[in-house]
Amino acid sequence: MKTLLSAAAAPAVDAPPARPGAPPGIEIACTVNGKRVALTVDPRATLLDTLRETLELTGTKKGCDHGQCGACTVHVNGRRVNSCLSFAVMHDGDAITTIEGLGTPDHLHPVQAAFVAQDGYQCGYCTPGQIMSAAALLNEPCGPANADVAELMSGNICRCGAYQNIVAAVQSVRQPG
Amino acid sequence: MNLFTFSRAASVADALRDAGAGAAFVAGGTTLIDLMKLDVETPDAVIDINRLPLAEVGAVPGGGLRIGALARNSDVAHHAAVVRDYPVLAEALLSGASPQLRNMATTAGNLLQRTRCVYFRDTASACNKRAPGSGCAAIGGFNRNLAILGTSEHCIASNPSDQNVALTALEATVQITGARGERSVPIGEFYLLPGDTPDCETVLEPGELITSVTLPPAAPGARSTYLKLRDRASYEFALASAAVIATVTGGTLERVRIAMGGIGAKPWRIRDAELALEGKAVTPDRLAEAARIILADAKPQPGNAFKVELAKRCLVHALTLVTAEA
Repeated sequence: MKTLLSAAAAPAVDAPPARPGAPPGIEIACTVNGKRVALTVDPRATLLDTLRETLELTGTKKGCDHGQCGACTVHVNGRRVNSCLSFAVMHDGDAITTIEGLGTPDHLHPVQAAFVAQDGYQCGYCTPGQIMSAAALLNEPCGPANADVAELMSGNICRCGAYQNIVAAVQSVRQPG
Repeated sequence: MNLFTFSRAASVADALRDAGAGAAFVAGGTTLIDLMKLDVETPDAVIDINRLPLAEVGAVPGGGLRIGALARNSDVAHHAAVVRDYPVLAEALLSGASPQLRNMATTAGNLLQRTRCVYFRDTASACNKRAPGSGCAAIGGFNRNLAILGTSEHCIASNPSDQNVALTALEATVQITGARGERSVPIGEFYLLPGDTPDCETVLEPGELITSVTLPPAAPGARSTYLKLRDRASYEFALASAAVIATVTGGTLERVRIAMGGIGAKPWRIRDAELALEGKAVTPDRLAEAARIILADAKPQPGNAFKVELAKRCLVHALTLVTAEA
């Protein structure tokens, strides 16, 4: 049975009014940082833009918008993905975690604390993506060496070149002490 | 980005009913959405196939492995049966893209990955693949990453995939379903050379859906490698790559399969190069001869002439690694 998603009824939660000429919105419901979210999205809206512009979760950054820089990395159902290369309408029913849902200033995720301790950034623009990538890496097959970490962090570009400290931060979480 | 209708297919039958000219299936989205943002892909309809039951990886009765069309590249690369029996495929997958992209990209999507030619990706440039009849800006332009084998006067685009090189060496078969029924296409017959119609890249007809890729039983005692040469150590497309699967007995190369990437309009395999090695003792001269056979018809451009020698050295090194006595 096909599910044809149509322009439907329920207004978006906190969504801006539709612009003239905009295509019909499509309703989706997903979990973002542990909270149920129902919204109506333009089918062309990426997950990245929906997080930033509609849900106002601006921690996730837009760098290249083509899957080449990793600044937009979020977790979908526990796995890291580039949110710029996915339409929001493809995520009905999914559980999404952004940097805002990983930790808080009072209760940092261990990877966030490690980035602070190891000075794993300069300008900070790539940092949310780096941290989301690193947090996912902890649950992926990865060898013990710094080179293994560098390889699995290669999808996150840091224009400031903080790579050595980023690897040190990840390793300090994987190998405490 | 152009407007399109969006639907979710709940079954293969659903997907096929909505498919046809002007429609695109979306799974991982890593190629399609990238190119839609550039207005290179402009489908009228986008059909989300992520809910179809096509993500399984499992044994084929009688031997071999079936990899579902929707199996993610990362899941295939770490699947126990792939690591154990088809390590060349795991190596190839893990050499491609980034962990995030591998979590999204699917087996069938990777089969259909589009070229990284910069003129194909730029709607202001001439490109016979994107806009038939408009010309080819890559010929005489920037073509460092483009093909030297299988090209035509109309297109020199390269197939950028690593997965497809390994699947070619493994002699995979692509399972396809469509309005006219199901069919199986050996990967060696799946890709089309550009010729006069570089916009036609595979034998897939509009509306057809890839459901799985099957691998024949692994050759007993075979060793393999995927060697990828590129401008940086990670997260980069191949300038030249080689997938080699070889069975060596007492210094004799009993069986060998070779496919190369980064240099061809499609994943490149020349059976004559394998025949020049099979049944013979492994010597440096014979390995060099196999490389010479593969590159014999190369038609390089000024910007990628280095690839002729690079590809030869890539292959000889890969063959040397695989055939060295353990």
